[in-house]
Amino acid sequence: MSIIQIRGLRMTYGTKVAVDGLDLDVAEGEILGILGPNGAGKTTTVECIAGLRRPGEGSVQVASLDPYVDRTAITPLMGVQLQQAGLQAKLTVREALELYASFYDHPRDGLELAERLGLSESIDVRYAKLSGGQQQRLAIALALIGRPRIALLDELSTGLDPRSRRDVWGLVEEAREGGATVILVTHLMEEAHRLCDRLALIDHGRITAIDSPEGLVARSAAPTIMAFTPSQPVDTGALWDLTGVTDVRQHGERIELAGDDDSVTAALGWLARHDVRVGRLRVTESTLDDAYLDLTGDPVLTEEN
Amino acid sequence: MSSPARTILRTESKLFLREPGAMFWIMAFPTLLVVILGSIPSFRDPSKGLDGARVIDLYVPISILLSAIMASIQSMPGVMAGYREQRVLRRVATTPARPFDLLAAQYVLHGAAVVVSAVLVLLVGRIAFDVKSPGSAGAYVLVLTLALAACLAIGGVIGGVAPTARISTAIGTLVFFPMMFTAGLWAPVQTMPHGLRTVVELTPGGAAARGLDQAALGHWPSAHFVLVLVVWALVAAGAAARYFRWE
Repeated sequence: MSIIQIRGLRMTYGTKVAVDGLDLDVAEGEILGILGPNGAGKTTTVECIAGLRRPGEGSVQVASLDPYVDRTAITPLMGVQLQQAGLQAKLTVREALELYASFYDHPRDGLELAERLGLSESIDVRYAKLSGGQQQRLAIALALIGRPRIALLDELSTGLDPRSRRDVWGLVEEAREGGATVILVTHLMEEAHRLCDRLALIDHGRITAIDSPEGLVARSAAPTIMAFTPSQPVDTGALWDLTGVTDVRQHGERIELAGDDDSVTAALGWLARHDVRVGRLRVTESTLDDAYLDLTGDPVLTEEN
Repeated sequence: MSSPARTILRTESKLFLREPGAMFWIMAFPTLLVVILGSIPSFRDPSKGLDGARVIDLYVPISILLSAIMASIQSMPGVMAGYREQRVLRRVATTPARPFDLLAAQYVLHGAAVVVSAVLVLLVGRIAFDVKSPGSAGAYVLVLTLALAACLAIGGVIGGVAPTARISTAIGTLVFFPMMFTAGLWAPVQTMPHGLRTVVELTPGGAAARGLDQAALGHWPSAHFVLVLVVWALVAAGAAARYFRWE
């Protein structure tokens, strides 16, 4: 029995369709990543699960409750980190943690959470004086302070440095070990790969693919990339005709060929037959980035580039 | 009161004390005004134009109304609109606490600050300038409570519809001056020409100033003034609830 169940969700803003007939089931204890281009409907979907928006059409059920209607029953079970949500400007980190802890029956220790997230030194700093990354970490602490059964984290690690990102990932993994179900909206493939049991790709308000990270990579049109420097010029057109090859590119002397395992064997055979020696050969599996690009046609947004 | 509502009120009162500007204008300035006006010798003499009352006697209730209007119209709407603009209400909406508790805390705290200010004004008026304590304390409290309710409700409308804190402050300033004029800050209502006075007595400031004056002299306020305040409070409270924008 899934803890989150979405059927035929449709949301429109004026004439713009944000979510267009979306179905989703999330199992209890699972970490589900939601990937997709900006404006694909990710945040709207999360806000419907959080019960902040009334579904235009279709239904959303969380722990057998209607999150929009059954506020009193659902809010103690959920921890939500929204992309855009503030705090009182003159509230300190400590006060914010104490305030939000008071909303729940069995809260976590706020000071311990602060310590885990590197906020100990800013514990008495007012919200408005915190850096963007610190505000983000505080938002995560507030989302997790009530020991939620369901955590919704929208752009968990946006604006965080690599170190804090790992701190945050540790907390999410810990929450899952404690039995929590986590929905994570992310643009970071590394994060998606490392944390998520399954990934849902949303594009134009629909789920276009849903699978384990490995499953998504395998679905990619060209799961294997082979790169090499030929000893003499090669007719790239002939390489195109080999079995399974989906792309051939020349970068200066180097040739990059995308395909599957069979195309690698075929290419090596073809090159040997034509007396081309292969220098600096690298064969790599395509990454989640490539799979994402393939499935959405959208450039990957990673903070590194 | 549920526990989240209580911790929200406690937290918001700490935050309220961190706003020196609001604290000064609501709690200190009205008393300061009484001290300044009371220091002018002629204002402490009975005036023929005021049926033998002294100017300082009239300015005690006006200063209290000034505090109520400062709190309700100048301070509170900015906090409310800011919480919407900064999405503080939105974050609270995801928790077991209710965003309404944050707004309720503003009414309670601003109302309490006005009560403190009123007590200060009355005490300083009594001790420093021999302004008699209200002749009918019950009537005084009644009129003040109704006036405060009307002012806070009007502030609630402004804070409820203004999309940003800046816009709400701008609207607040626009509403502030007419409200202070009708409360008699520049010229006490009693001294206004008859036609103007009739109109001013239909406003919350005017009705409250006249009602407080009557209560100070030991009379029960005219039903007319009480009715004006009740209608303003109910209509504004209804509008504040009806038109409040959460996002």
